[in-house]
Amino acid sequence: MSAVEKMTPAEARLARVTLPEGFGPQRRAALERLTAMGLPGRRDEYWRWTNPTDFIAPEPVAAAPFKDDEPELFGEIDRLKVVFRDGVFDAEASDDLSMSGVEILRLAEAGDVNWASALYGTLEANGQKPVVRPFAALNTASATDGVLIRVTGKAEKPVSLIYTHESETSDPILHHLVKLEEGAEITVLENGPAGARFNKLMEVDVAKGARFHHIRVQGRDHERRAVTGIFARVADEALFKSFTLTSNGVLTRNECVIDIVGDDANAHVAGAALGDGKSGAFHHDDTIFITHDAERCESRQVFKKVLKNGAQGVFQGKILVKPGAQKTDGYQISQSLLLDEDSQFLAKPELEIYADDVQCSHGSTTGAIDETALFYLRSRGVPVEEATALLVLSFVADAIEEIEEERFRDAILTRLEGWLSRHRG
Amino acid sequence: MLEIKNLHVKLEEEDKQILKGVNLTVEAGKVHAIMGPNGSGKSTLSYVLSGRDGYEVTEGEAELDGMDLLEAEPEERAAAGLFLAFQYPVEIPGVGNMTFLRTALNAQRKARGEEEISAGDFLKLVREKAKSLKIDADMLKRAVNVGFSGGEKKRNEILQMALLEPKMCILDETDSGLDVDAMRLVAEGVNALRDEKRSFLVITHYQRLLDHIKPDVVHIMADGRIIETGGPELALEVEKNGYAELLAKHGISEVMA
Ligand SMILES: Nc1ncnc2c1ncn2[C@@H]1O[C@H](COP(=O)(O)OP(=O)(O)O)[C@@H](O)[C@H]1O
Ligand SMILES: [Mg+2]
Repeated sequence: MSAVEKMTPAEARLARVTLPEGFGPQRRAALERLTAMGLPGRRDEYWRWTNPTDFIAPEPVAAAPFKDDEPELFGEIDRLKVVFRDGVFDAEASDDLSMSGVEILRLAEAGDVNWASALYGTLEANGQKPVVRPFAALNTASATDGVLIRVTGKAEKPVSLIYTHESETSDPILHHLVKLEEGAEITVLENGPAGARFNKLMEVDVAKGARFHHIRVQGRDHERRAVTGIFARVADEALFKSFTLTSNGVLTRNECVIDIVGDDANAHVAGAALGDGKSGAFHHDDTIFITHDAERCESRQVFKKVLKNGAQGVFQGKILVKPGAQKTDGYQISQSLLLDEDSQFLAKPELEIYADDVQCSHGSTTGAIDETALFYLRSRGVPVEEATALLVLSFVADAIEEIEEERFRDAILTRLEGWLSRHRG
Repeated sequence: MLEIKNLHVKLEEEDKQILKGVNLTVEAGKVHAIMGPNGSGKSTLSYVLSGRDGYEVTEGEAELDGMDLLEAEPEERAAAGLFLAFQYPVEIPGVGNMTFLRTALNAQRKARGEEEISAGDFLKLVREKAKSLKIDADMLKRAVNVGFSGGEKKRNEILQMALLEPKMCILDETDSGLDVDAMRLVAEGVNALRDEKRSFLVITHYQRLLDHIKPDVVHIMADGRIIETGGPELALEVEKNGYAELLAKHGISEVMA
């Protein structure tokens, strides 16, 4: 027996990690972190409900690319497109990476840009405490590409990251940096499946008074798997807003780790996930950790899951209020709408508070369609399936409301309606 | 128009008989009122006619212009022209009132093989109907019944009725919780819809609504049955003397009623 065959999948995976060029010290440090923490197992507290096996396996499970027949998402919105095919930058399909007030570089070509060297892996490393996030360290060590965005003013249009999936065995690892200087503002859009198995990280540094908006739609591919992380640092009077729509996908784990370090800042994370086990397995996990380390800050977590035919949803959300973070306003709600009895939602809301003058609330609910509302709609002549769809929209509305601009809300609603019309009955 | 024969209804989950042989015929163009003490089965009757789950018809029948109501889905009954103004209109957060109204109208049009109404025509239609009910643009923009006052909810029910133009309208205590002005608005809305083809079944606890919506026939319901039928004078009599005398005459104790 050769040595390779005796390795566990996790060891085999670690042995395969190669460090691409650029950001050498940061990548080596990440690999050290990763080696020290190891890849997760089912016994790890934050992996009890989501099986990490498919993320650990040396090779991804093959996933058939899916032909998305809907009109292009954000197609009517003027934006700067950056396209990755199976994780490889596509210059042809992308726009010229220049726009006033914004500097955009490719990770693979950045070399040693000062601001990027200082940020790459830094927020990820900070976010490894108190809970380790091995796939994020793996990402920092071995990401092959990504975009580095530095915003100095108000971006004239959104940057739109588009990920297509073409090969059945693609296994892309992308790492993006977004650095907003004081008072800057940008919207980053992301959509698409990216590959059979996608590991993606985004580090977002929001300086004083800056505003960051993020709207993401994870691809409709039924068989894709994705493990993603957002690591953010939010300074005084800054705003961080992130919304994710997930429909389909065998396995998705979205982590979001936010440190609020400046006074009077706001951080909102929201998500709507729609899963139908009939068109393939569906397991979706949102794991959020928001740390308040400044005064008078507000954070909101609003997560909705619509599950049917054996779909599974997981929410693990924490608000940590550090000593001295007075006048914190922390809000967290996670809800699932189970359209049948086969589906399952598991939630672990956590509050840890070390300041006395704070206002924090969290709630988690699981429920079925409201029969009274359903009857009300039907009594007005709305057929049962259409009425159910309206009530699903009603259920996810609070999460959609977290998107600030109407044009993006509309784009998301169109996708939601599309999914609902394809998953009736 | 509406023909109910010997209708017996029990709760699905419990062994509790609620309607114990209701007989009622409402002719085209007529307004019938049903009065009766709380708990006599008035709302149950309206729910069973419109198809709400949770009830079991153990005997009897109900037809709308010859169509067997009890076998049809709620949406089919609506498309056939039945409308229930709810005693407690339901709040639907996150769904705009306009979206709700347009979805309902188009669903019924589709069921009848008609074309959907264009966005422009719909807007015009809603504005016109809303105006006479003093429903402002803000109420149309808000989520269905969310944050509406009691009176606004009831006016919104009448707006739906005016838009959907049903032939058989059931109003379940549309007057409850309304002040005098709101009640007048609601009554005017109903009266504007009265014509020789459209029928109404007005369920009310109090006679005062019937001062505004003049009924042709008044029924008294108690203990799951219609125990008395007469003209408008019957409502006045109840108003004056209460239900006790009538109940006693039919051997029903107040507790049972
Ligand atoms: N879903 C239900 N569950 C339990 N009891 C019910 C239900 N619906 C009606 N009832 C009972 O049936 C009786 C009639 O109620 P209802 O039809 O609401 O009367 P009314 O509208 O005349 O006040 C009452 O005793 C009420 O408690
Ligand atoms: Mg009632």
